[in-house]
Amino acid sequence: MSEQAVVRINDLTVAYGEKPVLWDVDLELPEGKLIAIIGPNGAGKSTLIKATLDLIPRAAGSVEIFGRPYSEQRHLVGYVPQRGSVDWDFPTNALDVVMMGTYGQIGWFKRPGKREREWASHCLEQVGMADYANRQISQLSGGQQQRVFLARALAQNAKLYFMDEPFVGVDAMTERAIVDLLRNLRAQGKTVVVVHHDLDSAPEYFDWLVLLNVRLIAAGSFAETFTPENLTRTYGGRMQLLNQASVATEVTR
Amino acid sequence: MIQLLYDLVFNYTLRNVALGSALLGIVSGVLGCFAVLRRQGLLGDALAHAALPGICIAFLLTGSKSPIVLLIGAGIASWLGTLLILRIVNDTRISEDSALGVVLSVFFGFGIMLLTFIAKRNDANQAGLDKFLFGQAAALVASDVALMALLGGVALLIVVLLYKEFKLLTFDPGFALSLGYNTRQLSVLLTSLIVVAVVIGLQTVGVVLMAAMLIGPAVAARQWTNRFSTMIILAGVFGALSGLSGALLSVTQTRIPTGPMVILSMTAITFISIIFAPNRGIFWDWLRRKRHGKNYLQKAMNEWDTQRAAKEGRL
Repeated sequence: MSEQAVVRINDLTVAYGEKPVLWDVDLELPEGKLIAIIGPNGAGKSTLIKATLDLIPRAAGSVEIFGRPYSEQRHLVGYVPQRGSVDWDFPTNALDVVMMGTYGQIGWFKRPGKREREWASHCLEQVGMADYANRQISQLSGGQQQRVFLARALAQNAKLYFMDEPFVGVDAMTERAIVDLLRNLRAQGKTVVVVHHDLDSAPEYFDWLVLLNVRLIAAGSFAETFTPENLTRTYGGRMQLLNQASVATEVTR
Repeated sequence: MIQLLYDLVFNYTLRNVALGSALLGIVSGVLGCFAVLRRQGLLGDALAHAALPGICIAFLLTGSKSPIVLLIGAGIASWLGTLLILRIVNDTRISEDSALGVVLSVFFGFGIMLLTFIAKRNDANQAGLDKFLFGQAAALVASDVALMALLGGVALLIVVLLYKEFKLLTFDPGFALSLGYNTRQLSVLLTSLIVVAVVIGLQTVGVVLMAAMLIGPAVAARQWTNRFSTMIILAGVFGALSGLSGALLSVTQTRIPTGPMVILSMTAITFISIIFAPNRGIFWDWLRRKRHGKNYLQKAMNEWDTQRAAKEGRL
């Protein structure tokens, strides 16, 4: 592979109780690509991200980010959790949430100041949310909340981003804004790993594909991996979403 | 009124009771905000109940009824209860509310058993431990208040220093973890501070009513503001107000004991806040719905009537 691997996952296994959620995953992700992680519900997509970021314990395996353990590379990594993972009735506004992206670099005991505030405004602007800076977060629509989370990740100024289901439950305008943002990040040479649900839009939005169903099915460029055979192996008999002709045209495009 | 102010400054008992209750109100109000927003309102209840066996064991071991000794025992038992709850939640599939319930009842039951055991020993010194059940603010002396101020001051100082970290932990612990914060340690620290608030409250409102001191001010404060920092300050103010007014009412006006009176004052503040606070108050909601709902429905029905009449007229 000509590109440097930004993420290298070796023999990763994760289990909740007795049940393995990820089984023996070996994966290398290239730099500067927009990467989609795709698979059915319960395939371990979010788990893959969380285990990579040390958010949940690994039963086995190791992860390297830019050649070193995550704990040494945190400053290079941005994270967008699922929108539903927090209580949006928390008493705060959009700008304040975005400023949380800078906390890791402020240091203990210190408070974010004017510079952090301006930086956070700048990040909100990039997701088209500048007008909502002072809005109480429960008063935002689902799509706007998602964009606030993206702006918070931008505020981390990372080289590698992990986004957990950013396209779920958002309006068309937000979807557009996220796609523009992803391309913008790619143009800056950054790598973005996105848990994604929608097979139809995947080839248009992303360069690189990881097909997952507890085990790794395939990983690589769309031309190599987005085949009816791989999709059937990923989704099993339930794969009636796409007819094979449309897959073929996408692949030859 | 002037007499009341005069008493507040110069009457030894009244001053201690009022100061102690107000102090408790501030500390539990501030820390209660974190507990409520983390959806751990019951945690304070469990921790308070868990303190009871600690008080009894401290007395059995030392034979002393000095508040410092008993409160240290309370703090240790309550803290052990905390660790047990965190352990249960992390290591088993038991949900947090069940873990809280189990620890609360087991510790409290054990505490009541010890209380009975101590009462039956016919020890002349044993009287008065049961005051920790419902509190006995009237028995507060100056050194108790000083101890409360010291503990509370340290707890509040830590909240001020770690404000940013605690706020992030409360809003989005997963993100905090990804930034490299040790969220488990932060969680234990924050819960330990709630233990401190509980210990401060044991002499005044007692183990049974303590949870209300943590939950009430925070719930009331949330109604008036959409800013976290304002909410914390407001909760402290509401806590102090209810402590003060409860103490004054119980000492001067009625024969109601202080602890329950403080809780009743606070309930009044919370009740008013839930109903009448601008924006979030349910009264305004109800008013809006009543006015609009009725209008819309009436309008729709009127329109339907005229349409139907027109149709029938044509036919």
